[in-house]
Amino acid sequence: MEPDYQHLYEILANAQGYIFPNEIDLQWGILIVVYPFITGLVAGAFILASLERVFKVKILKSTYQIALLTALSFLLVATLPLISHLSQPQRAYEIMITPHASSAMAIFGFVYLWYLMVVLLLEVWFDYRHSMVVWAAEKKGTMKWIYTILTLGLSDISPKTLSWDRKLGYFVTVIGIPSAFILHGYVGFIFGSIKANPWWSTPLMPIIFIFSAMVSGISMVMLIYMVVSYIRTRHFDINVLDSIGKYLFFVLILDFTLEGLDQIHRIYEAEESFETIKLLVEGKLYLTLFISQGLVGTIIPLGILAFLQFYKGKIRLRKTLYFTTGILVLIGVYSMRWNVVIGGQLFSKSFSGFTSFKVGLIGLDGTLMAAFWLILPFGILAFLLWLLPPWKMVQEEE
Amino acid sequence: MDNERVKSSRRKFLRSAVAVAGATLGYTWLKSTQFLVYAAEPEDKSLPWYGIVIDIEKCIGCGSCAKACKNENDVPVEPFFFRIWVEQYTVMNDGSVDIKSPNGGIDGFKQTIPDEKIFKSFFVPKMCNHCSKSPCSQVCPVGATYESPEGVVLIDEKYCIGCRYCVQACPYGCRFIHPEKKVANKCTLCYHRLKKGLAPACMEICPTGARMYGNLRDKNSELVKFLKEHTTQVLRPNLNTGAKLYYNALSSEVR
Repeated sequence: MEPDYQHLYEILANAQGYIFPNEIDLQWGILIVVYPFITGLVAGAFILASLERVFKVKILKSTYQIALLTALSFLLVATLPLISHLSQPQRAYEIMITPHASSAMAIFGFVYLWYLMVVLLLEVWFDYRHSMVVWAAEKKGTMKWIYTILTLGLSDISPKTLSWDRKLGYFVTVIGIPSAFILHGYVGFIFGSIKANPWWSTPLMPIIFIFSAMVSGISMVMLIYMVVSYIRTRHFDINVLDSIGKYLFFVLILDFTLEGLDQIHRIYEAEESFETIKLLVEGKLYLTLFISQGLVGTIIPLGILAFLQFYKGKIRLRKTLYFTTGILVLIGVYSMRWNVVIGGQLFSKSFSGFTSFKVGLIGLDGTLMAAFWLILPFGILAFLLWLLPPWKMVQEEE
Repeated sequence: MDNERVKSSRRKFLRSAVAVAGATLGYTWLKSTQFLVYAAEPEDKSLPWYGIVIDIEKCIGCGSCAKACKNENDVPVEPFFFRIWVEQYTVMNDGSVDIKSPNGGIDGFKQTIPDEKIFKSFFVPKMCNHCSKSPCSQVCPVGATYESPEGVVLIDEKYCIGCRYCVQACPYGCRFIHPEKKVANKCTLCYHRLKKGLAPACMEICPTGARMYGNLRDKNSELVKFLKEHTTQVLRPNLNTGAKLYYNALSSEVR
C-alpha cells in the first residue's frame, strides 16, 4: 500500500522557521500521551490504597479495595497503547527476550510485570482469598468454578492461615509503595533521560511524574468512589471525601511546587534552547499549559481544596466541589502529559523552528483509539467490581 | 583408597565448575551494569575506525550528495525522509539568521534575500555523526541499533520494533521511520560500499571534495592529516555524543 503523505505536505506548508527535514512528522502521538496518564493513575491509586493499609488511615477503608481494583484495571491496559503505537507490534516481545540494558525503555516490561504480578495481583489475591473461598462455597454452577479457580485451590480459612494472608498482604503493600514510585518515576525517566531534548531532559522529570501521578490517582479514586456509591444508591461518608481531599490538597501543592521549580530553573538558567521554548509555551502550548494545566488543573482545584479545608457547611455543596475538583485535576494532569509528550516534539532540535500536530479522529493513532484505551479500564473495573465486590467481602474481626 | 581418589576429584571438579559458573555470572553481571556509563569501546583495534570531515568552505550547495544518497539507499523521494541533506545559512546584517533546506537541498538553492541585507551566507551538509557514544544506540530497547566495530552506527531492520525512541534521542535529527519498511532508518556511511572498498555515495559524487571519510586510527590517512592542519569542530559538543563528523570552518550559528 502506498503511504499517504498528504498530511505531511500540509504540516510542511505550516512549519514555522527552520526544522530538520526529518522532523516534519511527530514520532509520538496521542497514544503516548495516554500511556503515562494511565500509568500515573495506577501508581496514584495504589499509593492511596496503601495509605489505609500501611499508614493505618482508617477512614479510607471504604476506598481501599476500590483503589486497588482501579489500579489493577488501569494497569491491565497500560501497555496496550504503547504496543499499538509500535511500527512493528509483532516484535514487541523482543523487548522482554533481548532487553538492551542501557535503554530506559527496555526495562519497562520488567517493571510492569513486577508491578502486575508481584504487587497488584498478589495483594488483591491475599485480600480476597477468604471471601473467594466463602463465595465459592455459596455459589452454584459457573460462578462456583470461577471463584474456586481464583482461590488457586487454597481453601484453608483457619484463623492462622487468614492471619498469614493479612501479614503477607501487608508485606506486599510495603513492597508496593516503592514499586509504585519506581513504576511511574521510571516513566518520567524515559523522557527525562533524553539529553537531545531540553524540554524533557531534567532530573526533576521522574519526581514530577510521581507527584502528578499521585494527584491524578487520588482524584480518580475519589471520583470512582462517588460514582460507585451513587450507582449503588448508597449514602457515602463525607468524611471520607474530606480525608481524600486533604491528601489531594497536600500532594497537589507539592506537585505544583516541583513543576514551578522546574520552570523557574529553566527560565533562570536560560540555556541555548530557552528562546525556542519560550516561543513554544507562549504559542503552541499556551492553551494546554497555562490554561488547561495551570489554571484549570492546578490553581482552581488548589483554591477549591483550600476553601474546603475550612468550609464544613452544606454537604451537598462539598460533594459537588469535590466532584468538580476531581474532574479538573484529571484534565490538568492529562494536559501535563500532553505538554510533555507533544510539546517536547513541536520544536525543532535545531532550535530554529516549529512543526505542528493535528490529531486525527480515526486510525490506530487517532482520538477514537485513544478514547478507547481510556474507557476500556472503566469496563474492566466494572467487571472486577462485579466479580469481586468490596461491599460483599467477608468481614474479619481484627 | 580408590574411592577416596574418585571422591576428591569429584569435589575438585565441582569446585572448579562452581568457580567457572560464578565467574561467568559475575562477568555477565558486571558487563550488563555498564549501562550507567554508555560508550562503545571498539573491541577489534585492527579494523579501521571511521571518521568524517565536511569542509564548509568547499561546499557549493549543489545538493548532489543528498540526491546520490537517496538513489543509493532507497530513501523515499518525498521531502520528509533524508539520510543526508544540505542547509543554507544566511546571517543578516541585523544578526538574525535564516536557515533553509528545501527538499533537503536536492534541487539546489536560490538566495531570496537581497545582497545588501546579507552579512554572510554558507552551506552546511548534514548527516549522521556516527557518534562513538551514540545516544540513539544507548536508548534502543532491543539493541537493534548498534555501533559496528568500525564505529559506524547501524540498524538491524529485521529486529527494530519501531518504537521511535532513537529518533527522539538523536540531537541532530538524522533518523526517521521508513514509511514502507516501518522501521528506523539512517545513514550507514554506505556500509555496503565501504565493505567493498568503495567510498560512500555522497563522498564519491561531491564535485568539490567537501566531504571526506577515513580511518581515524591511521595517523597517515588524509583525514587525520586534514584534522591536524585545520581547526575543526563537531556539532553540539556540549552533549558529549562522541560525534565523529568534524566540520571545518563551522560557524557558531549552526546546530
